[in-house]
Amino acid sequence: MEFRKRYSSSLWEEMDKLQREMNRMFDSAYTNRSGTGFDFPAINVWTKPESGQVIIAELPGINPDELDIKVIGESITISGSRNSPEETENLKYHRQERGYGRFTRSIQLPFPVEADRIEANYEKGILKIWLPRAEADKPRKIVVKSNS
Amino acid sequence: MTEELRKTESKKDEIIDPEQVERTREARLFMPRVDIYETKDNIHLVADIPGADQDSIDITLEKNILSIEARVATEKPVDYSLTYAEYGIGDFNRKFTLSNEIEKDGIVAVVKDGVLSLTLPKAGPAKSQRISVKSV
Repeated sequence: MEFRKRYSSSLWEEMDKLQREMNRMFDSAYTNRSGTGFDFPAINVWTKPESGQVIIAELPGINPDELDIKVIGESITISGSRNSPEETENLKYHRQERGYGRFTRSIQLPFPVEADRIEANYEKGILKIWLPRAEADKPRKIVVKSNS
Repeated sequence: MTEELRKTESKKDEIIDPEQVERTREARLFMPRVDIYETKDNIHLVADIPGADQDSIDITLEKNILSIEARVATEKPVDYSLTYAEYGIGDFNRKFTLSNEIEKDGIVAVVKDGVLSLTLPKAGPAKSQRISVKSV
């Protein structure tokens, strides 16, 4: 009995440690600074150090004309809105899992971008933003001279 | 308003064990978020299926089970590597049970910008049939 008790308490400690680690992981990677939960839209970032970055976001049901993408310095801001169904009279919801309303998200970029050459496309509810790295900021290969 | 969006749009729900059936396709499986609302004549089902289009959506109705399957191609920018990820990419799958009040032949499905809209017409009230009684 004594043995089992001790065993379970160490298991709890282990679980607790794991829990704390998980929390820390989620806090740093997913929550925004104000700590209100997940940022919308969720993004995936693809990088090629010598060319730039591609930011991809899932934004189903958005009017691309109302999408606003701004680049200021080394940060990019995506804002827009998703409208609720037009017919509001005699409408009874059975289930509502999708969100509506305005959203804004700012993303810090790791390098300055060529603002004139940014391209964005919206297809099948997915937004892709191509951010070419500024020419002046690109990594340079340094040639080593030898005096032989 | 932004707060509202955050709360509902938390994270994609991944289906870990779809009815104990293993998949042969190498892709993750997610449950699309849906809205279901009712108007005077129809029941509307709206599902978010970003990345799927007309050709990759299968909607089947078998008995009373309406199933929505959407395949999403996992395309990635050539030569780029994923450095930060907040969401996973995979197919969508979800099933619904329909009541008998639905006119099954009149279901209309439209997909636009990664949103699937299904209109399920309600069946009219069963017409009462008058049975005349003959006297012999």
